[in-house]
Amino acid sequence: MANLFLLQLLNGAQFGILLFLVAAGLTLVFGIMDFINLAHGVLYMLGAYLMAMFALETGSFWLGLLLALATTLVVGLVLEWLVFRRLYDRPHLDQVLATFALMLILSEGVKILWGSAPLNVAMPELLSGSIPLAGPLRYPVYRIAIIVAGLATAAGLWWLIARTRAGMLLRAGASNRPMVAALGTDISRLFLLVFALGAMLAGFAGALVSPVLSVDPGMGDSILILTFVVIVIGGVGSVKGAFAGALLVGIVDTVGRIFGPIWLKLVMDPAAATQAGRVLAPMLVYLLMAAVLSWRPNGLFGRPS
Amino acid sequence: MTLLAVRDLRKSYGALAVTDGLSLDVAEGELHAIIGPNGAGKTTLIAQLSGQLAPDSGSVTFDGTDITRTDMASRVRAGLARSFQITTLMPAMTALENVALAVQGRSGSSFRFWRPVAAEAALNDQAMTCLAQVGLADRADRPAAAMSHGEKRQLELAVALACRPRLLLLDEPLAGTGPQEAERLVALLEALKGQVTMVLIEHDMAAVFALADRISVLVYGQIVASGGPEEIRQDPAVRAAYLGEEAC
Amino acid sequence: MSAAPKAAIALLILLALVPPAAAAIGDPFLTVIATRMAVFAIAALSLDLILGYGALVSFGHAAYLGLGAYAVAVCARHGITDLFLQMGAAALAAALFAAVSGAVSLRTRGIYFIMITLAFGQMAYFFFVSLSAYGGDDGTALAARSTLFGRAWLENDTAFFYMVLACLALAYGGLDRLVHARFGRVLTGTRESELRMRAIGYRPFRYRLAAYVLSGMICAVAGVLLANQTEYVSPAYMAWTRSGELIVMLLLGGVGTLAGAMAGALVTVGLEELLAGWSEHWRLCFGLILLAVVLWSPAGLTGLLRRLLAGGRR
Ligand SMILES: Nc1ncnc2c1ncn2[C@@H]1O[C@H](COP(=O)(O)OP(=O)(O)OP(=O)(O)O)[C@@H](O)[C@H]1O
Ligand SMILES: [Mg+2]
Repeated sequence: MANLFLLQLLNGAQFGILLFLVAAGLTLVFGIMDFINLAHGVLYMLGAYLMAMFALETGSFWLGLLLALATTLVVGLVLEWLVFRRLYDRPHLDQVLATFALMLILSEGVKILWGSAPLNVAMPELLSGSIPLAGPLRYPVYRIAIIVAGLATAAGLWWLIARTRAGMLLRAGASNRPMVAALGTDISRLFLLVFALGAMLAGFAGALVSPVLSVDPGMGDSILILTFVVIVIGGVGSVKGAFAGALLVGIVDTVGRIFGPIWLKLVMDPAAATQAGRVLAPMLVYLLMAAVLSWRPNGLFGRPS
Repeated sequence: MTLLAVRDLRKSYGALAVTDGLSLDVAEGELHAIIGPNGAGKTTLIAQLSGQLAPDSGSVTFDGTDITRTDMASRVRAGLARSFQITTLMPAMTALENVALAVQGRSGSSFRFWRPVAAEAALNDQAMTCLAQVGLADRADRPAAAMSHGEKRQLELAVALACRPRLLLLDEPLAGTGPQEAERLVALLEALKGQVTMVLIEHDMAAVFALADRISVLVYGQIVASGGPEEIRQDPAVRAAYLGEEAC
Repeated sequence: MSAAPKAAIALLILLALVPPAAAAIGDPFLTVIATRMAVFAIAALSLDLILGYGALVSFGHAAYLGLGAYAVAVCARHGITDLFLQMGAAALAAALFAAVSGAVSLRTRGIYFIMITLAFGQMAYFFFVSLSAYGGDDGTALAARSTLFGRAWLENDTAFFYMVLACLALAYGGLDRLVHARFGRVLTGTRESELRMRAIGYRPFRYRLAAYVLSGMICAVAGVLLANQTEYVSPAYMAWTRSGELIVMLLLGGVGTLAGAMAGALVTVGLEELLAGWSEHWRLCFGLILLAVVLWSPAGLTGLLRRLLAGGRR
């Protein structure tokens, strides 16, 4: 039981890390540009598809990953330049509509290019297999690699935000937008940078997850909504909040699905518990979000409006 | 009789004490002007009196009742209305609709779903009276967004009057009005004196000294002097702190 | 009569003429499309009440469509097949869900509101996905359409269409009264300036909540009709993309005018049918059209129309 719990905790953390990678860029875009991007999930999906394609073409996981990252970065740059920068001063509603349209276009484009059938990506030799964890328990190396890669990215982001000039502007922007706007010309370059970086991180998450999940056209949708939950729980604009929110959501979701029914069995009869568990588990993160918001309407690390 | 009593009110933004242990009494029927340099904390004071902002500590008593923690809506119902320094209107609504909405707020339930509100003569008549009072009768059907700055200031006042307040908090009603509009508004305030108790924040010293029964001087979140217009004019501290540039 | 009600009535008459026209050219599918248009027009009207008049950008409105649809399935399984009873049940369920979710969501503003309504929508979605008694993910087919006074009148597509049209006319008429009544003016006021509303003695929350609940109830009625039209019920009705589509309808038609909401629904459903008949990748074209409209015509199609007309007059 304790072992199973540990296992699920790790799975939850791994899922949370992925959510963080997708959420990091999105929360900055929300916080600094006050911009709603419904097309962000598609970039995650695109990362996975590009990974599948490049890994197959080049025959190398690593080369595929590199190419996938570079391509999502370019896609981010192009999208910002073509569409998003025209929408920054428009009302939220227009942003919702435009990025919704973009989501339709991109996900349909992916279907045209790669078809609707799920694709698979081979695990790299180096990271296959599993290692002993505690007692008889083993854990796949690749999942540990995801956690490590995610934590390294988080550390890199922390360094970028805390220690560099661009990061200083970012922090200023997230807490006081007019001030950054007053800095003038720098701002459009900063926006472009944030956007492209966010796109790349989402693509990175998609590429990372491709060997463990099947790559399919619906994968962007489900992650996007969870990412919103993460951002809202953490507080819009806060990368720290996104990190905390992502781990919380990842763990609550994963552990809740497995342990919800088990715990419910302690208080009700098994058949009812199984049914109730199935119904409640997927709703758990949304309940969590509602609870956090009714306690703190601006999220855990959000600034008061 | 004291209508509004403020005791040791405090509000800070970080290290900045914007309201710094402020106490103030406004007697029923008087026009009490509050003057002070930019950034002295005048608007912040009004915000706390009207319930838009919660003070950190201290108390506000209106007509004998402690209202420190009651919300804006209840204060309005109790007879405390305000105008905004930064015009706050319904841009898409006409002048008449703006005022009628304020009248509606104190005339029966708004959970009515069927009868066209535009046809409610009682609301429209009262709203027209308020518009006429501020001199906007001929602008009744103009959307607020399409009005000139001065007209918006007049409308702002009409909306506040439509609440039928016992105490009217006016945050720079003359700011941005032309000389003619200002003259008309001063005449209106003159006419309102005695009927409505008023707290008037204003930078136009000529208007303040002409209208006020009492004047309080607010500097750095504190009342540094309070008294009749003559007293304030003579007060050396006030002259130094505030009137200095105008005295010479 | 001002321009907007005229346009709305013209739209209703236009729809009413579809079945005879379909009969004349021998294409009964036209009536089916018109039924879908009318159903979504009701849903769009309900969303327009909160989004257009209350500036509450709800991104979970499809949940109410789904609630309505499932109300049909649940009622039918328990032997209640009467359309009006089912509508009552749907409206009640929607009112409960809206009251609870609204009480939480309406504490937030802006982006937070958009996201929390989205989250509540997803909650409803996953609830029905896990409801294995009603087919879970796949949904379940209805044995028959709802009955009216114990008769199976609605099995006839034309009769059903006119039933839906009557509901649409009723929804439009009722909402038109409402937005011009005291309540509507207060709701519009909260959209224009919340601070000003509070400063003249209103508590915006209660009006917003009332509008939110009412809007959910009307949308649930649309859901009842949608389930009857497709004779199928599935969680797909409440997918978040469906909520997005409802917003698209409003934006295409122009937010905050009831006639615009209806026109937007008609155009969106029509466009979807047209493009879907043309290519299986119709979403790509649909997305491109949407993007073009947002980037170049901020006030939607009505705005575009208005500008074209104004341009013509000049
Ligand atoms: N929300 C806020 N956060 C931080 N500081 C604030 C805030 N609101 C006001 N201040 C500061 O409080 C001080 C007082 O502001 P306030 O608007 O009350 O001044 P005022 O006396 O009305 O000035 P004016 O004559 O220009 O209208 C100013 O220094 C202002 O910068
Ligand atoms: Mg001020």
